[in-house]
Amino acid sequence: MSATSTTDRIERTVVIDAPRERVWRALANAEEFGTWFGANLKGQAFAPGKRARGQLTFAGYEHVYFDVVIDRMEPPSLLSYRWHPYNLDPSVDYEKEQPTLVTFTLEESPGKGTVLTVVETGFDNVPPGRRLEAFRMNSAGWKSQLDKFVRHVTT
Amino acid sequence: MSPRSGKAKRPVGLPAIVRSSDSLAGVFAALGDPTRLRLVAVLCAGGAFSIAQLTASTEISRQGVTKHLQVLADAGVVSDVRSGRERLWQLEPAQIEEAKRTLEVIGRHWEVALGRLKTFVEAG
Repeated sequence: MSATSTTDRIERTVVIDAPRERVWRALANAEEFGTWFGANLKGQAFAPGKRARGQLTFAGYEHVYFDVVIDRMEPPSLLSYRWHPYNLDPSVDYEKEQPTLVTFTLEESPGKGTVLTVVETGFDNVPPGRRLEAFRMNSAGWKSQLDKFVRHVTT
Repeated sequence: MSPRSGKAKRPVGLPAIVRSSDSLAGVFAALGDPTRLRLVAVLCAGGAFSIAQLTASTEISRQGVTKHLQVLADAGVVSDVRSGRERLWQLEPAQIEEAKRTLEVIGRHWEVALGRLKTFVEAG
């Protein structure tokens, strides 16, 4: 087991009770993406090689931008983009740092809908001090903001 | 990796830090200096480094580097080990574990986000 592989990569999967084409639209349409992700992406479009940007819509995080460069779009099975994770500090120029790569893959699951997997890689290139930002995000009540948002969209 | 059983006087590393926001502020203060951040970046390569090796990566004196390492050690970010007559510095081993835990935190953010996506799509 190498330390690199265990600290470089995240993978999470969710099964969604909806056709793959529908899940694809929620990912590939920037405005729809913004709706569930929590970013204002009105007027933005996702296209390979293009940048999309919009302010987060969580209370207390409006100064933070969802800011990505789309990598690949292969409807209806793969969408990937690069971004700088937890880019919370407006005084830091994140452009100088190596971005991580986020890849969504969609698979049809007969009778079950769509299996969506997100993989984020490249954390070993994130400067060590910045890794701690994840903790700051956590302790600053990021989770409770998300919980509020989940309640909001599910009621 | 077994923890330092011989010197369990006080909790060290991030496990101790996340329990106390004062200590967490201490870590950010310790890292909030370009020289110290550079030292941590060098130590991140893994393994133990001598003062001479660490001084080579900066433009400041050996004493200056030692002082900076002490600040990092006080914040639980690095620790020193003896190797014969030499004092070597390394990233606090707990930090490597914590880097993995950081990913768990980010992973949880993804779980929450994917949960919202599921709710959004299944609603219509």
